[in-house]
Amino acid sequence: MRHVLILGAGTAGTMMANKLRKALPLAEWAITVLDRDTDHVYQPGLLFLPFGLYDESDLVRPRSFFLSAGIDLRIEPVDRVVPAERHVLLEDGTVLGYDVLIVATGTRIAPEATEGLAGPGWMETAFDFYTVEGAAALRTKLDSWTGGRLVLNVVDMPIKCPVAPLEFLFLADHFFQEKGIRDQVELVYATPLDGAFTKPRASAALGDLLKKKGVLLETEFNTATVDGESGLLIGYDEREVPYDLLVTVPVNMGADYVERSGLGDELNHVEVDKFTFLADDSDNIFAIGDASNIPTSKAGSVAHFAVDVFVDNFLQHIKGQPMTGAFDGHANCFIESGHGKGMLIDFNYDVEPLPGKYPLPGVGPFSLLKETEANHWGKLMFKWTYWNMLLPGREMPLPNSMSMSGKIPAEVSS
Amino acid sequence: MATTTIDGHEVQVDEDGFMTVYEEWTEGLGRELATLIGIDELSDQHWEAINFLRFDFSEQGETPTLRRVNKVGGIPTKQLFVLFPKKPAKKMAYIAGLPKPHGCV
Ligand SMILES: Cc1cc2nc3c(=O)[nH]c(=O)nc-3n(C[C@H](O)[C@H](O)[C@H](O)COP(=O)(O)OP(=O)(O)OC[C@H]3O[C@@H](n4cnc5c(N)ncnc54)[C@H](O)[C@@H]3O)c2cc1C
Repeated sequence: MRHVLILGAGTAGTMMANKLRKALPLAEWAITVLDRDTDHVYQPGLLFLPFGLYDESDLVRPRSFFLSAGIDLRIEPVDRVVPAERHVLLEDGTVLGYDVLIVATGTRIAPEATEGLAGPGWMETAFDFYTVEGAAALRTKLDSWTGGRLVLNVVDMPIKCPVAPLEFLFLADHFFQEKGIRDQVELVYATPLDGAFTKPRASAALGDLLKKKGVLLETEFNTATVDGESGLLIGYDEREVPYDLLVTVPVNMGADYVERSGLGDELNHVEVDKFTFLADDSDNIFAIGDASNIPTSKAGSVAHFAVDVFVDNFLQHIKGQPMTGAFDGHANCFIESGHGKGMLIDFNYDVEPLPGKYPLPGVGPFSLLKETEANHWGKLMFKWTYWNMLLPGREMPLPNSMSMSGKIPAEVSS
Repeated sequence: MATTTIDGHEVQVDEDGFMTVYEEWTEGLGRELATLIGIDELSDQHWEAINFLRFDFSEQGETPTLRRVNKVGGIPTKQLFVLFPKKPAKKMAYIAGLPKPHGCV
């Protein structure tokens, strides 16, 4: 009996376990999934929590609910991986052996990595919305907030779902209008990037939208310290950005045990081959989802496309054959833009987001790089799709590799 | 891909003027590139950062981020902002003859 051990029962780990269980004979392969706790959080929904559009009960389900029969779920934090011994040590001292290890422990926010951020004012005038606790505390704050200067600060890149901060600002603009206090609120976006987004065409389109909604941009701002008592962000270049209410996306880092195990880069993301997810210097450790350092967005959609490519490769790898599939970095993100509209971007390692229609060329129903109502419905539908299609590992009627059909290349569209 | 002449040498550059061919760089070119962006004198501390960038690129195939220069190269971020004012990530890459850091995804 051989053993696949999957660390992390989040988006990637759950999909992976279910797809592998279908593909591997029960009599030959045992599959164990490990997580530190029992609650699966639908993270894309965290965006809506501060504005009272979803509540916690919409976003949390038991992890065991989504794992097929024949998968063993264990709840205990990982202490470290010992590749030379082919085993994983858990915090309670248990040792779990593996033939193949799949790291899927994602990435987390690390407010403690920025001087002052988790100090005075944390959860009083400074909040995150990447955790259930942060997003719920922010909702309580926004309920009674009467206005002032709201600064959204991305401390460093990469972050998971790099469009989420923009979506937050779009929704905030809408929220304060509904409350009748938009004229009492100044919205500011302080980002280390030199524009609204990482890729040029999307950056221009999203930058225009920020301007239209009256959001001020503070670009190439690298946060050095936060002074929670005075309400000040201080940059490494000594620029100061004052705030009354700070919504922060702290540094995103992989799990600490990744560093202890010697598997990570400077942000504890596992260093892997970007086409096969095989960890550097290893033949039996893979990392998938946000936990890896592949140069594409850290998003659930990416994990979904990646898992499909991975499973076929895996079946070759365990037979000692070369892996013939190569992931293209495909990402597909709905961007909620407020007032019942949304945008959609679709891109990969080589092709930046372009305008056009998705998934059917010329037809859609979704429009790329353009605000439409259909895109907003696509975003809302994603919650149902996530719980009912993605996690259980059902087949989706979408290609894994990005397709150029339906897209309008830059040379002819601008 | 365009070419340009720096200090009498023809080199390949991208649309923003960042050198694109690792091997074409020399220390002399580094000094010349530095003066083009207003850093007239390169101290030992500047060189420490530039040498780390070049070494790390040769190992990783990618221009390192500020966080990496800090954590792996051991140079405090604060100091990088003093040495290469305002935009250290871009300025260091420019002087070291490496591709523009792609700011992530
Ligand atoms: C606000 C927000 C909005 C988002 N919006 C979108 C969106 O619209 N579309 C989209 O595609 N994606 C979106 N995402 C991103 C998406 O949620 C993630 O990319 C996706 O969940 C990644 O899956 P993963 O399995 O890699 O990591 P996760 O789902 O985070 O799972 C990691 C798991 O590892 C476990 N773990 C961590 N450390 C340990 C340890 N030491 N021991 C044991 N277990 C451990 C955790 O408990 C967790 O269950 C959003 C994310 C956020 C925060």
